[in-house]
Amino acid sequence: MAFRLLSMIAAALLAFAAHAQPQPIRIGAFLAVTGPAAFLGDPEQKTLELYVGKLNAAGGLLGRKLELVSYDSAGDAEKARTFAKRLIEQDKVDVIVGGSTTGETMAVVPLAEAAGIPFISLAGAVVIIEPVKKWVFKTPHTDRMACEKVFVDMKARGATRIALISGAGGFDKSMRAECLKVAGKYGIEIAADESYGAADTDMTAQLTKIRGTPGIQAVLNAGFGQGPAIVTRNYKQLGIALPLYQSHGVASKEYVKLSGEAAEGVRLPAAALLVADVLPDNDPQKKVVTGYKREYEARYKSEISTFGGHAYDGLMLAVEAMRRANSTQHEAVRAALESIKGYVGTGGVVNLSPTDHMGLDLSAFRMLEVRKGDWTLVK
Amino acid sequence: MRGRGLALLALAVLALPLALPNKYAYEVAILIGLNALVCVGLNLLIGYAGQISLGHAGFFGLGAYGSAILAARYGWPTPLSLPAAVAGVALLAWLVGRPVLRLRGHHLAMATLGLGVIVSIVIATEDRVTGGPDGMSVPPLAAFGVALAGETAWYWAVGALLVGTVWLARNFIDSPRGRALRALHGSEIAAEMVGIDSARHKLDAFVLSAALAALAGGLTAHYSGFITPARAAFLHSIELVTMVVFGGMASTFGAVVGAAALTLLPQILTALKEYEMVVFGAVLMLTMIFMPRGLVPTLEKALAAANRRAV
Amino acid sequence: MSAQFLQYLFAGLTIGAIYALVALGFAIIYNASQVINFAQGEFVMAGGMATVWLANAGWPLPVAIGAAVALAALLGLALEKFAVEPARGAPVVTLIIITIGASILLRGLAMLVWDKNVHALPAFSGDAPIRIGGATVLPQSLWVLGATLVIVVLLAAFFNRTLLGKALLATSHNRLAAQLCGISVRRVLLVAFGLSAALGAVAGILVAPITFTTWDVGVMLGLKGFAAAILGGMGSGAGAVLGGLVLGIAEAMGAGYVSSAYKDVIAFLVILGVLMFLPGGLLGARASERV
Repeated sequence: MAFRLLSMIAAALLAFAAHAQPQPIRIGAFLAVTGPAAFLGDPEQKTLELYVGKLNAAGGLLGRKLELVSYDSAGDAEKARTFAKRLIEQDKVDVIVGGSTTGETMAVVPLAEAAGIPFISLAGAVVIIEPVKKWVFKTPHTDRMACEKVFVDMKARGATRIALISGAGGFDKSMRAECLKVAGKYGIEIAADESYGAADTDMTAQLTKIRGTPGIQAVLNAGFGQGPAIVTRNYKQLGIALPLYQSHGVASKEYVKLSGEAAEGVRLPAAALLVADVLPDNDPQKKVVTGYKREYEARYKSEISTFGGHAYDGLMLAVEAMRRANSTQHEAVRAALESIKGYVGTGGVVNLSPTDHMGLDLSAFRMLEVRKGDWTLVK
Repeated sequence: MRGRGLALLALAVLALPLALPNKYAYEVAILIGLNALVCVGLNLLIGYAGQISLGHAGFFGLGAYGSAILAARYGWPTPLSLPAAVAGVALLAWLVGRPVLRLRGHHLAMATLGLGVIVSIVIATEDRVTGGPDGMSVPPLAAFGVALAGETAWYWAVGALLVGTVWLARNFIDSPRGRALRALHGSEIAAEMVGIDSARHKLDAFVLSAALAALAGGLTAHYSGFITPARAAFLHSIELVTMVVFGGMASTFGAVVGAAALTLLPQILTALKEYEMVVFGAVLMLTMIFMPRGLVPTLEKALAAANRRAV
Repeated sequence: MSAQFLQYLFAGLTIGAIYALVALGFAIIYNASQVINFAQGEFVMAGGMATVWLANAGWPLPVAIGAAVALAALLGLALEKFAVEPARGAPVVTLIIITIGASILLRGLAMLVWDKNVHALPAFSGDAPIRIGGATVLPQSLWVLGATLVIVVLLAAFFNRTLLGKALLATSHNRLAAQLCGISVRRVLLVAFGLSAALGAVAGILVAPITFTTWDVGVMLGLKGFAAAILGGMGSGAGAVLGGLVLGIAEAMGAGYVSSAYKDVIAFLVILGVLMFLPGGLLGARASERV
């Protein structure tokens, strides 16, 4: 009799406790942790895990804990779509931060729009936010901005007739298309346009053709992955003395390590995160980027990359929006996102609005040069 | 037995929605159905005709992009663009199949592999028409202003199509042409001696399987609303062949089971995070080592043996 | 013009030599067991990645290389013993799927045991390019070509002059007859897999300073090596080498003179063309089929 009473009380208490425990805020993510875009997805995954943990340790958000639900889409758009559907319909997440590549992102855009859930993409192409889609935002700089930043620098060095070499991947082709589009506006003439395959191991043929084109003054390699490192090495092997520019797709130390000495003097547009230590103290981004660099490197014992930084910005923007809206209700979060101004992230200072779902301008990109195996800021 | 199998499949399709809790589960079911469509056709080629193709994803991709481009870039209504794409792929398979099917064994494998790779590279490179490696948006399947949209509607459409295709495939296999095909598989020279035109029959199986792949491709494109060249790539071709062999060659239901198993497995294994690939590879290897003829034939044999012992 | 041609030729020969080594691996296994080993590319990957790991751990490069090749050979033996042998008698397509499963397993293991990053090995004798006739060649390319030549010569000696090698050849011509002569087919299969794996690993190590190595570098190299083996005539060692070189040169010339975006298409069209007119490949014997 006493036992029965006790067990009933225990059950009631448990039920009460279960009810009193608030539901966690679910952050959904689908990232290319394995596959050809793994060097994007791997730091993104690690960053999200690290900072969801840190936020929880600091008390969570809105009195609730954060929970990260993430899947590996391996760079495949079909998988990304299915996992995104899983996040929306089965895991019932509150916001999606993910989509390492443009292909994966674009496959998920119709899902996010139909389901009415805020989706912060971590991919590069300008087509993600142009035209603006109601529920889709993005944190990385666009490929068009990279072209523009490079063209401005080339013009300043007196190079107006240039060659373009790009790979077969989505990022490469998208950036190449943007560069061809905006070149004229910056007074740049693209006199040679070569390409290589995704898994190619030797680009001397393409570079030889470029060298043979008369009047070339500089070369831009729009690519990511290991291709640009091979291009850089081949460039040195062939003894081409013209300035070489890379894209922000290789904004990680891995590129410098793989290219070895051949990377000396190569310039690329990248987020201030890469030169966190040499930024002047009065730079608005100094605190955020040095903080992220310190925390990521301490936890994972490996160098930071801008890709992990974009994931950091995505998560923090989502958290900030939920804080401002004081709820996780989709429309409230979306409206709050659009109202964020002057937010300092690793990618730059972000000013979102109903017509600008990325919020960065050309000044968010810094022009870097590789010197003695390390990044330096070009004034 | 045959009628029973088909009835079982129809019953499964009818009853499954009771077990599907949300739209994501429906999506997985639809993907299984679409993969099964390709596999039933591919099984006719690999299991019954005994020819190997490592490039069928190329047909899948051509069907998908064909319908997508005609609908999105040229404004064709989708009830026209889809059959047109399938017909176009069937024609291409007929043209290409005649010379290619003269090859045997791994040379045929290489030729089909090469064709598949060529298709996927062309799709990825001609970005002005195809949107390049990042893919392109695909308008939904719509007729007279009514679109086939939503997971439930698509589930019934794909389910009905699958049951119909399996029925057709079974009838084809039991028809004189199907028997000729199976004779071919046993021994091409013996079959020819009995008067069977092996070249024509091999071509039939090739074209039929290509058309089914193209149909599945087009449907996938319209369902997802998006298509990328990865669907035409070598790795996808390998996935398809693996599904057919895993489920059981020379078994139409084996093809369906194989498609179901290998579409579900990654969804389940994703919980293993970084161990997913290792476990998937191990499962594949162990299943094929212990069930060399594939799941369904091995299970059928085991059932038959159990029945005999019970008697 | 001719300096350009020479540049393309060197590029083609270098990568062609790698394709040749991978193709030889395919050919040896196919000869002994009629199996197309889709995990061949993973042996190439294992050679490069293991060497990188050991070298980073402080082992001197030559020792690291030796250990990596031995590891790959062990993997080959394990594949034969635990995956191919239990499935003896299964249809050929099943064996192919088993090797595909092995390929996935090995790649997954590589990501777990090593990592997902791309790694480079230091060039064996430095990076300073050598100028030959207006074109530049990396010293590592010369290592690749030289080592391939030495390996091909050694293999020829192995197959034609040693008892074990002749046993392998005999098994490939007629397994039953070889067994009747007292040759242990099981042992032959083990040797074939181990040898192929070692060859693949050597290829991966030779080329890692030029092309880098990563957990999935084997997928493309395996595919091209397979294509090269078929092009040259599966079952012929000389064919594998010729097929590799032809494929590499076709790619480089295609990229240089026709279109760099479509160079793989050109290479595959060449292969398809050859297969149409020479169904057995370039050096493949016109096999007669026993009924």
